[in-house]
This record gives sequence, C-alpha cells and structure tokens, in this order.
Amino acid sequence: MIGPTQAGELGSMTNSVSEIADDSVVNVSDTLKESQVMEVLHQLDQELVGLKSVKTRILEIAALLLVDRMRRGLGLTSRPPALHMSFTGQPGTGKTTVALRMAAILHRLQYVRKGHLVAVTRDDLVGQYIGHTAPKTKEVLKRAMGGVLFIDEAYYLYRQENERDYGQEAIEILLQVMENQRDDLVVILAGYKDRMDTFFQSNPGISSRIAHHLDFPDYTLEELLAIAQLMLAEQMYRFSPEALQAFEAYLKRRMLMPRFSNARSVRNALDRARLRHANRLLAKGGNVSKIDLMTIEAEDILASRIFHDEIPDSEQQAAIK
Amino acid sequence: MAFHLTQGTFSFLPPLTDDEIYKQVQYCLDHDWPINVEFTDDPHPRNSYWEMWGLPMFDVKDAAAVLYEINECRKAYPHHYIRVGAYDRSKGRQTIAISFIVNRPTNDPGFALGRQEAHDRVMRYSLHSYATDKPKGERFTD
Repeated sequence: MIGPTQAGELGSMTNSVSEIADDSVVNVSDTLKESQVMEVLHQLDQELVGLKSVKTRILEIAALLLVDRMRRGLGLTSRPPALHMSFTGQPGTGKTTVALRMAAILHRLQYVRKGHLVAVTRDDLVGQYIGHTAPKTKEVLKRAMGGVLFIDEAYYLYRQENERDYGQEAIEILLQVMENQRDDLVVILAGYKDRMDTFFQSNPGISSRIAHHLDFPDYTLEELLAIAQLMLAEQMYRFSPEALQAFEAYLKRRMLMPRFSNARSVRNALDRARLRHANRLLAKGGNVSKIDLMTIEAEDILASRIFHDEIPDSEQQAAIK
Repeated sequence: MAFHLTQGTFSFLPPLTDDEIYKQVQYCLDHDWPINVEFTDDPHPRNSYWEMWGLPMFDVKDAAAVLYEINECRKAYPHHYIRVGAYDRSKGRQTIAISFIVNRPTNDPGFALGRQEAHDRVMRYSLHSYATDKPKGERFTD
C-alpha cells in the first residue's frame, strides 16, 4: 500500500527539482544584501555588549533562514524550521531586548510576516474563572500572529501545587498553536534558568517543541562598564575619568550584594547618579557649562550608600540602594 | 445552476479560496480596519444582523489570526453562511467598509418570489428563503 505512494511522491519530487538545472547558482552576498539582515545583526552586535553565545546562535539561525530562502528560490522545498525559543538567564541580562531584535531579524528574513513583538506574562494568558482562560489566551495568540510572542517568566504558567490551576489550560492552547501554526508565530519563553528548567521538566510537551534554548550569561565587570557607558552615551551624558573609576568600584561592591540584576542595576545606578548630578549643579549655582551638564563626576557616584555601609545591615536596604 | 447568494463584495465571483481571503483580510488590517466574523442561516438580504462569532478583532496585525477564527467558525457552523466585515472608523460612518462571504452552505435552495395582490391591481413583491421554512439550526445540512 505504501510503496506506490512513496514512489509517486519521489517521482514528483525529482520532477520539481529537475525543473531548475542542477548547476544554477544564487549569489550569497546578493541574498544577504537583499534581506538587509546584516544591518540588524550589526546593530545587535554594536548595541548589546557581550552575550557571545547568544549572538552566535542568532547568527546561525539567520544563516539557516537565508539558506532556506536561497533553496526555495531554486525550487528546493523544505518544511520551515520551528523557531520557538527559550531565553534563560538572570534578571537584566538582555532577554527582552534580544527578543525585540529577534522579531526584527525574523521579519527581515521573511520568517514572520509582520515582525512585531507581543510581550505578555501569566496575567495576560490565564483567566480568573472557569472558561475565562481559553478566550484570553487565544486573544493574545491572535494579536501575536505574524510576529513574536514573548512570554516573560513563563514558569508562572505552571503551578505545581495547584493541579486545578488554569495555567495548565493556557499551556495546552499554547502547545496546540505552537505546533499547528508555526508559520504564523514564534513563541519565546523567558525566565530565570533554574525555574525554567523545572518548568520544562514538568511540561515535556513544551520543552520538546522548543528548538532553541538560549542561555544568557551574567555580565562581567568590564561588560557592565561598557554597558554603563553605552547607556550614558545614549542619553548624552558621560563619565569623567575619575567617575569611571568610581563606578567600577561601585560595581565591584554592588555585584557582591544580593539582588544584583546586571544591566538593570547599572541603569538604576546611573539614574541615581544623574539625580545627584542635577542636585550638585543646582546647589553650586552660578554659571554652568555644557561640559558640566554632560559630565557625571566621581562625587555623584561616591555619594552612593554602597560606599558608606561597609556591610549592608539588611538585604532589603541593599536592594533599595 | 445551483443557487448562489450574492451579498457583499466579491459575491459575483466564484467563492474565494483561503489564500484569497487571507489577502483581502490583510488588506483590511493594513488599513487599520477591525475585523468581525458573523454567521447566519437566514440569508434574506434584509437580515442585516447576523450572529457575531466572538468579539470584533481590534489588535490583530496578521490575517492568520482572522483566518483562524473563520476556520473555528466553519468548524462550529459548517453549513451556515459566514461573512467577514471590516469597519473603517476614520470615516466616522456607521457602516462597515467591506463585507464578504467566506463560507456557504452546499445546498441553499434559494428564494421564492412572493406576489401579493393589493388594491387597484397594485402588485407587492416579497422574497422568501426556502431554507427559513425549517427551524433555526436545521435549515442547511449536507
């Protein structure tokens, strides 16, 4: 029974392949240029410090999609690859930012049609009473179609302690759509590494449908400094040389403290430094030059409480500071 | 020739394929027109209030989402008329910008023309869908 069908399929396949001569060529650099994907990749490289392994994987995915496109151009059909992903890493390691870029990259490579990112959490997917969850989840999925659905802290969807939790229903609908409509949207699940691992263990269906598990490593001190300078440059500020040293000392202390969240902590520290910078200028009075308005001095950073409390008396305060 | 209901846009064309529906819906979405899916088994031309399949879709960007709902509606009501409407709010009008049928029953018997003799040899005409002789839900089958 199976024999003839297979032969038939093979026959038709060889036919469609032979329509285009085997020695026909496509130019790789033309396809690259046409897709404009290099710009986004370049931007990714420029604006995101570190994350070597993540960038490599994104490059690989981009290469696969490009080659897929060239193959299609020559009549070599293959199923589009499943591109659902999981981003794991500590807070502030750039998961959301990369997800945004991912949407743009996949759009340039024509894998998704629109390239928008819909970022949701458990609240947006799971309902409050019986029958509320399915329409809610479907609504979100519909909004995300043609783009990327980013589920932050995805492990909250599954509550082990309560087997009647509606999260399970949301997961089931999600699975169905991830499987049946993978041309229509890409799902990215994100969260802390250890909790995501438990989540995947208790939901093998989800884990097996995710092709790419990307782990976001913590930033090193040098990378954090580079991030700080990038952030400042974006807002047209800059460190004085002494301030840079002070900030390095600040980071060294801050990194040892609890609840250090990488780039997010850097951003918060800079925001507070700006606050002190502004207060210092106001207190000084008189004429202020453009350089003064741009430059964050060491004293703006050294005023931080991290330098005064040698040993943080409680974690809570350390986190606030 | 079997009866073919002509209501809304494209209704004199052969039924749209899913690819064609996708493109038309995407056109609507690209113009920022929210989409609504409706169904009925009472195809009288003056029956303007078809039943709504869910709420209008406001935040959808890609037609795949609308097609998903159309297919869900087809699953639930395979023998009903299903149409897609799109509303252009920029005009401030209380009517939709486009409406077209995306699903038809296979065997609609069509309409009867009723004639009523009125005063002074005046003739009044009416349309009557044969299907509506049966109760709701039993009108169209395989």
